Amino acid sequence: MEFFRIRKDIPFMRHALVFNVISLVTFLLAVFFLINKGLHFSIEFTGGTLLEVSYAQAPDLDKLRKQMEADGFTDTQVQNFGTSRDVLIRVPISKDAETSKVGERVMASLARVGASGDPKVVQSKAAAEVAAGPTLKRVEFVGPQVGKELASDGALALLLVVFGIVSYLAMRFEWRFAVSAIIANLHDVIIILGFFALFQWEFSLPVLAAVLAVLGYSVNESVVVFDRVRETFKKKRGLTTPQVLDHAITSTISRTIITHGCTQMMVTSMLIFGGPALHYFALALTIGILFGIYSSVLVASPLVMWMGVSREQFIQVKIEKQEAVV
Amino acid sequence: MNRYPLWKNATVLIALVLGLLYTLPNFFGEAPAVQVASVKVTHKVDARLLAQVEEALKAAAVVPQGIVLDLNSVRVRLADTDAQIKAKDTIERALNPVAADATYSVALNLVSNSPNWLSRIHALPMYLGLDLRGGVHFLLQVDMKGALTKRLDSIGADLRSLMRDKNIRHGGISREGQTVAIRFRETEVREKARGILTDSQPDLLLVDAQDGTDFKLVATLKPEAQKRIQEFAVKQNITTLHNRINELGVAEPVIQQQGADRIVVQLPGVQDTAKAKDILGRTATLEVRMVDDEASANPGIMELAARGQPPAGTEYYVERGGRGLLVKKQVVLTGERLTDAQPGFDNQTQEAAVHLSLDSAGARIFKDVTRESVGKRMAILLIEKGKGEVVTAPVIRTEIGGGRVQISGRMSTVEANDVALLLRAGSLAAPMEIIEERTIGPSLGADNIAKGFNSTLWGFSAISAFMIAYYLLFGTVSVVALSANLLFLVALLSLLQATLTLPGIAAIALTLGMAIDANVLINERVREELRNGSTPQAAITAGYERAWATILDSNVTTLIAGIALLIFGSGPVRGFAVVHCLGIMTSIFSSVVVSRAMVNLIYGRRRRLEALSIGQVWKPGLGTK
Repeated sequence: MEFFRIRKDIPFMRHALVFNVISLVTFLLAVFFLINKGLHFSIEFTGGTLLEVSYAQAPDLDKLRKQMEADGFTDTQVQNFGTSRDVLIRVPISKDAETSKVGERVMASLARVGASGDPKVVQSKAAAEVAAGPTLKRVEFVGPQVGKELASDGALALLLVVFGIVSYLAMRFEWRFAVSAIIANLHDVIIILGFFALFQWEFSLPVLAAVLAVLGYSVNESVVVFDRVRETFKKKRGLTTPQVLDHAITSTISRTIITHGCTQMMVTSMLIFGGPALHYFALALTIGILFGIYSSVLVASPLVMWMGVSREQFIQVKIEKQEAVV
Repeated sequence: MNRYPLWKNATVLIALVLGLLYTLPNFFGEAPAVQVASVKVTHKVDARLLAQVEEALKAAAVVPQGIVLDLNSVRVRLADTDAQIKAKDTIERALNPVAADATYSVALNLVSNSPNWLSRIHALPMYLGLDLRGGVHFLLQVDMKGALTKRLDSIGADLRSLMRDKNIRHGGISREGQTVAIRFRETEVREKARGILTDSQPDLLLVDAQDGTDFKLVATLKPEAQKRIQEFAVKQNITTLHNRINELGVAEPVIQQQGADRIVVQLPGVQDTAKAKDILGRTATLEVRMVDDEASANPGIMELAARGQPPAGTEYYVERGGRGLLVKKQVVLTGERLTDAQPGFDNQTQEAAVHLSLDSAGARIFKDVTRESVGKRMAILLIEKGKGEVVTAPVIRTEIGGGRVQISGRMSTVEANDVALLLRAGSLAAPMEIIEERTIGPSLGADNIAKGFNSTLWGFSAISAFMIAYYLLFGTVSVVALSANLLFLVALLSLLQATLTLPGIAAIALTLGMAIDANVLINERVREELRNGSTPQAAITAGYERAWATILDSNVTTLIAGIALLIFGSGPVRGFAVVHCLGIMTSIFSSVVVSRAMVNLIYGRRRRLEALSIGQVWKPGLGTK
């Protein structure tokens, strides 16, 4: 099998402006959603209590909500998690109550729902099982001081990644490559965040990990292309810069698509089999991989071109590098 | 020719064998077990205990699968969970005849089923995190300011007895915020006191002050002393937590310092969080103070005090009987002077009581105070979460020497037990607050393992199917290399005993998905060389060599992201980062070295090689081949 039968270099750079406009628009949209809607942070960041309970039969969420409200929990979220029998409850931090006891109080409140159920429904087997009460599967309590630290640690991690990658690429290639690669990939990060803001998906710690992992991963993509650009500049004379870029992209495109396809297969498998715990993690990776292909190839390369990369920059390097190449 | 020198082949082979060996324990699963550990320093875990356990089990007709003695515990392996629970009860009864005064902790546990020779070379199954095995996780914040306040309180008490010993007359010693103030009538006395204090209390910074007609010496803790006290407070709290958790009977608890002022506690398998939290969170300490008898007898003052306006230097408490009394703020003695606390009964009244033993300094202070205050009342306070409670306020009849004190006063037997446990397990040097808590049910843990495993399995299968179909023999080599990568990764995780969490499993899957990149790069490069007209052997060499620089560059950038996560990540992110970083390392080795070794073995020796089994190589101009 050979999927990619490309006779001539595809003139990507002729459309460079179009690509840049597309990414600028997506980027601005993402920023707009981020500002307008904001991220839906998980309790790991905001602080609060989260309970996952499971019932033998699907419970009536409205009843649960009402009982919780009656018991003095304001602003709680009650929703299904995975299946209709699993319920996720989020309780924000409140100042007055003893925060570390919230878990027990919520369980007590939920147990009351079963007990005070509608008498005629209790006859049925389903309701009787609800009356048996929920089983607690998971409780998470996060104090307010932890959340703030997480946010600042996340920002620091992002900063370190950006700095590390830029310095490494600047050392191995050239500063133009480093700058354009990082711009292209930060634009990915913003777009992932934009999706999370638009759909109000929960932004949790694993998602943060996924975002940073994607950042490292899609920089790969730019590295592979830049590697080819450097090689082509050295080997083939008489090509203009856009031609060199076109050649580099075309000759790596089969690898780009196969690799990302493989990674995406793994991620899709996580999306299908990983259950709710890995759902948003896999989702962040999926968006990251899709936009990673686009941005690192079709955003980074035009950027390099606008910044004025040229053959001369590599000829000088060539003399030093020759020993390493042979 | 594409041949590896012998040492390279040997390296690959050894790596694979080691990988297999250390991955092996993960396949044996775990068996229910009972773990017996000593709670008291005086009782060591030794062969005698082993024999005792064996005997008890034999008497109850429970047949163990095996009994092992390790550094600090005896583990009994059992056939099923029913036998496990029966064995636990049997051992518990045999070793701890008095439940209230347990010598050994007997806990349910799981032990690896792998054969002994594997355990001997340290090949253990991966260490599963709480989200995979179920249990409770707490993050506790130590109140550093509280640690200093407590230290100042006890310094105040020390100063009082020091002044008494040296015969220096002072007008009172009191803690005021983060300072201790000593009042004097005359400056000469103050100078004399200063001399003594500088010699005996090097931690204190002394400043003169004047308050009306009184001359004051205001003592604050030096910064380095503050730092030392705070560090000590965290250490002391960790020790205390260890003691308390031991009494709970938890197998393999994790109690670690995190950052400057935080403590992580992980209790695998514990489901009763309320009890765990109660024991952890309770910061019971003991304080002995004098009762202000005159003021307490004055109804007018008492009425004001009940409304929250006690006279200066005293605090208003309600005794267990419901009567209010005023207790002086001066602390005579703190829980630090305690060496033991046991529940018991009062000899005369048969009331539940706690018997306390004091250390020599404590005994001396207690003796002095009781001698000087015969006929007065003394309050014994239990301070929990910053709130004090007067357990009892007896009248001192005679001087009490010998350091043995009994607290009794309307306590139930259960209360006496709890109080004794809390006091015995050591007081916390500073109050703590739970700032993060995670409880994971055991079924959810098993569920998480299955989900993580399935994701990896199906993702891996899909990639394998595609690679083999697209690259034929080279694809098969890539898949074997990827399997080797998985093997190395699991072996490394088992060897390092790094904690595997659900994000960790996700990282395994993701790492595999990313690691295939290197093989795709190589295979595409080999195809390209063939397309450009290279001979098969030259194409292999050039393909691997040219791809290497790219593989290195791209893995370094991924590694940078991984390391950043490792440094700044906490909790789930850290679990992800550890596996991610390790996976990048193993993938470089397996995708480049292992796959090359295989390709060399397959093609390297053939001199007249016509074609490579790498799938169709399409050449522009020739059409399909």
